[in-house]
Amino acid sequence: MSEANNTRRKLVLGAAAAAATSPFWFNIARAQSGTIKIGFPVPLTGPFAVEAQDQVRAAEIAIQEFNEAGGLNGRLAELVVRDDKLNPGEAATRALELIEKDHVNFIVGSLSSATQLSTNNITKARKILFNSISQSDTINEVKDASPYTFHEALNPHLTGGAVGRYAFPKFGKRIVYLTADYAYGHEMVRGFQTAGKLLGAETLADIRHPLGASDYSAFLPRIQSLKPDILALCNFGRDLVNSAKQATDFGLKATTKIIAPILLYTARQVGGPEAFEGILGGTSYYWRLEDTVPSARAFNDKFRKANGGAVPSDYGALGYAGVRTVLAAVKNAGTTDTEKVIAAMRALKYDFYKGPQYYRACDHQSVQSVLIVESKSKDMKDKNDVFNIVSVEAPNEKNLRTCAELGHQS
Amino acid sequence: MLRNSVLNGISRHRVAAVTGFLLVFPWLMPYEALAVNVLIFGLYAMGFNLLFGYTGMLSFGHAAFLGVGSYGTGIVMVHYGWPWYLAIPAGVILASLFGVVIGWMAIRTRGIYFSMVTLALAQCVYFIFYKAESLTGGENGLRGIKLETIDFLGLQIDLLNPTNKYYFLLIFVVMTLWFVSRVLSSPFGAVIETIRENEKRSAACGYDVARTKLVAFVLSAAICGLAGSLRALHLSVVPVDSLHYLTSGQAVMMALLGGMGTFFGPFVGAAAFLLIEDVVTNITKYWQFVAGAVFMTFVLFFPRGIWGSILHWLRQR
Amino acid sequence: MFDLKLLILQMVTGVALGSVFVLLSIGLSLIFGMLTVVNFAHGAYFMVGAYVGVYALGVTGNFWLSLVIVPLAVGALGLLTERFLVRPLYGRGIDYPLLLTFGLSYVMMDLVRMVFGSDGQPIGTPPGLGGAVDIGVGNFPVYRLFLIVATAIIVAALWLFIEKTRFGLIIRAGARDPEIVRVLGIDVSKAWLLVFGLGTAIAGLSGILAAPIRAVTPEMGIPVLIEAFVVTVVGGMGSLPGAIVAGLLVGIVYSLSSLYVPDFADTSIFVLMALVLLVRPQGLFGRAGLMS
Repeated sequence: MSEANNTRRKLVLGAAAAAATSPFWFNIARAQSGTIKIGFPVPLTGPFAVEAQDQVRAAEIAIQEFNEAGGLNGRLAELVVRDDKLNPGEAATRALELIEKDHVNFIVGSLSSATQLSTNNITKARKILFNSISQSDTINEVKDASPYTFHEALNPHLTGGAVGRYAFPKFGKRIVYLTADYAYGHEMVRGFQTAGKLLGAETLADIRHPLGASDYSAFLPRIQSLKPDILALCNFGRDLVNSAKQATDFGLKATTKIIAPILLYTARQVGGPEAFEGILGGTSYYWRLEDTVPSARAFNDKFRKANGGAVPSDYGALGYAGVRTVLAAVKNAGTTDTEKVIAAMRALKYDFYKGPQYYRACDHQSVQSVLIVESKSKDMKDKNDVFNIVSVEAPNEKNLRTCAELGHQS
Repeated sequence: MLRNSVLNGISRHRVAAVTGFLLVFPWLMPYEALAVNVLIFGLYAMGFNLLFGYTGMLSFGHAAFLGVGSYGTGIVMVHYGWPWYLAIPAGVILASLFGVVIGWMAIRTRGIYFSMVTLALAQCVYFIFYKAESLTGGENGLRGIKLETIDFLGLQIDLLNPTNKYYFLLIFVVMTLWFVSRVLSSPFGAVIETIRENEKRSAACGYDVARTKLVAFVLSAAICGLAGSLRALHLSVVPVDSLHYLTSGQAVMMALLGGMGTFFGPFVGAAAFLLIEDVVTNITKYWQFVAGAVFMTFVLFFPRGIWGSILHWLRQR
Repeated sequence: MFDLKLLILQMVTGVALGSVFVLLSIGLSLIFGMLTVVNFAHGAYFMVGAYVGVYALGVTGNFWLSLVIVPLAVGALGLLTERFLVRPLYGRGIDYPLLLTFGLSYVMMDLVRMVFGSDGQPIGTPPGLGGAVDIGVGNFPVYRLFLIVATAIIVAALWLFIEKTRFGLIIRAGARDPEIVRVLGIDVSKAWLLVFGLGTAIAGLSGILAAPIRAVTPEMGIPVLIEAFVVTVVGGMGSLPGAIVAGLLVGIVYSLSSLYVPDFADTSIFVLMALVLLVRPQGLFGRAGLMS
């Protein structure tokens, strides 16, 4: 480690004058041979530590697969994991560290919207390919997107829309939204309302609550008095757990169907069966998909083998997919040269764990299916069997925000 | 005797000594981005130290000035296309203005109430910037702060190169160091220390305590604002938690770790804190435990901080 | 659209919300009033109380028993903290214990993560306290009614203790003038030890009481600390009636602004805090000149 540092110091000292005026210093330093390094900044500490650790485990499986198949003409891949502490300032520093100190070839990662945008800001300026696994489509907007930015994860516009398309015809058209008051929460509402408009759904109220609120009792009486057919919980993680718990306590489930754009496997485990009973939501992946999709079974089996029988969560699967697509593109391109790998990723048509997927041209968004799941508390075969898959919405570009909406010229 | 004259020499030429150290500092750090962070947080802690270590006022809202400096610079660059040499002063001036307003309101209280007021007002600033999504990006932060090359005297300097970036930002830090050193050596610097020691007696000696406190507060805000400004250029984003009280807490921890009321202490504290975080994160995920435990150890046993304790030990022997 | 029933329901919600604030700020106020220590780890004790409670519930299966175990366990932790961490700092200036407790909160959070993991602990509403009842203006959760009643009982017990017992007399005297109390020959340090333990015990108890309605996670103490500060400052640091009135006031303010101006609900309590500090810095019930 220190020897590499010394060599690097000498390089920099020697090239100081030239470096000051040359914009190509970076490319010289980046290895064209040797290990293929994929930087993986995820929030290993903080409220999503468990999810992030699952992502690391799954990403390691993708690396292992690539290496066991011989790598790229003998060049093996390596995952360089870093903790971004769910903090955008820290994420930017980690991205800088990965690029400047570890000389990674590519970066995959990020969980929250703010951290993905922060990481992306650093990578795109330095022409490093970044495949985001954060579930928000702000990164697809023209302001943040770039040729070097890819987005493997789906987003609330897609899942909210899918859940809405399933739930509104079934349960009723009078909707109340309880929304976390930040960009991500607004994305979720937008997803529902876009779908709802086509189905004649009526928004009775869009009640905003502060992000991270622990007590929803201030909002629930008003919701009760409105007597909606559906209550859409447009929030995430802990907020979802708290609001689901408290809505259940207030007895709302007797008259109202509760839906959420994203139903996290881990949130369900923390919240418990009663709080989530009957709640309907969307997700990118649920392990029981293996009953119908062969690639899911293959992925699950590899994960189970490496992790003592545990099944991957939705987050974990994203970690796997994000890394695997990059490595597949590297294999197809036959090189780690960024421009060629980008071209290979754009051309990629793949089915790695949940069915067919591909990257849309204008914003590099992965077009994929959405699973509609319903949480259950009875007939659970084991502690992992927490959802029933009630529907799968097939991949369709039309369900995403259009390229024009995101600001891209066609 | 030689040691004393060396110590005196360093103290008299403290700006040169610290600058000398900072010139070689990047070679001591595992990567430049960390060194730049130390520069920025060192400056932040120095601004805070001016108020806490030298004037004796514990503010729990200094993140407001760091954040306002960052946002000020970021907003004029991203939304109005200002060049960097106008954007940096913009950030500093905005932070100073906030310093005047918050300071004027907070100075009316003392002791623990002062700390609480600064905390409350800083949280109000946090909410204002959080809500102004179209300007600040809200929760997602402000992105797109580009400073990639600088044209200087016909030479093009590439700031994507981390070493160049470090030395570029160092220029501002050195200027501030010089400024702070002058302030501390001036009569004003003496008066703020008297306020820390015994406010009533200082007033009895005829000093306008309220006005002095306000000036110290605004100066402190301006320095933290500059730190914020530089941070925006370094990270090319402004995270919204720059304004949160936990970031205020970081200033407190760094100042104490390094040594309050010393010139070089804040940089030592910033370096120590950031290194602990960086190094510990690679070993264990419980870095908060280590950071908290180290901090408590210092509060209990080494209240002078690292640099303060070193100075004390050197002077005693 | 003025709906009286909704308004009343929202106010009852505010009172239930305020109950947790009241319990938290009583502990904080006690510690500050007697020891002039600002306990930045108060939120962490709240969190530890919730975790101990969930664990005790898991082991004994009895919620009421957990309600007894938690204050004893957390109070003991508070005693240890005061004796070994805070006591050495007396006389060094008011800032040091504050700084120490700030660092302590980080340590406590990670210790809980080490033992229980970073994920939260699920806890359902205790049997017998679940469901909702019609209180005339709408359905209201039984558990929150229980919370209001429990808080009232605890506050009443505390009042009796402080007003009617000798130790309570020492606390009142010590808050007013610690010097005199020492001069009178009373072992102030023992009193401080017990007050710190009492304050943290109440914080822990409020943690387990709040657990069924919030997510039990290592970070749950962070927003709670800020809320406790706001309430204590508004009520007056060191004043028990202040803690009670301010707790309910803040709860109702938050609840009503969530109804009418939801965008500003969070800011509203800070604006309240800033206003009180600027107009009447000692708070509604505090004594002027205390720690100025």
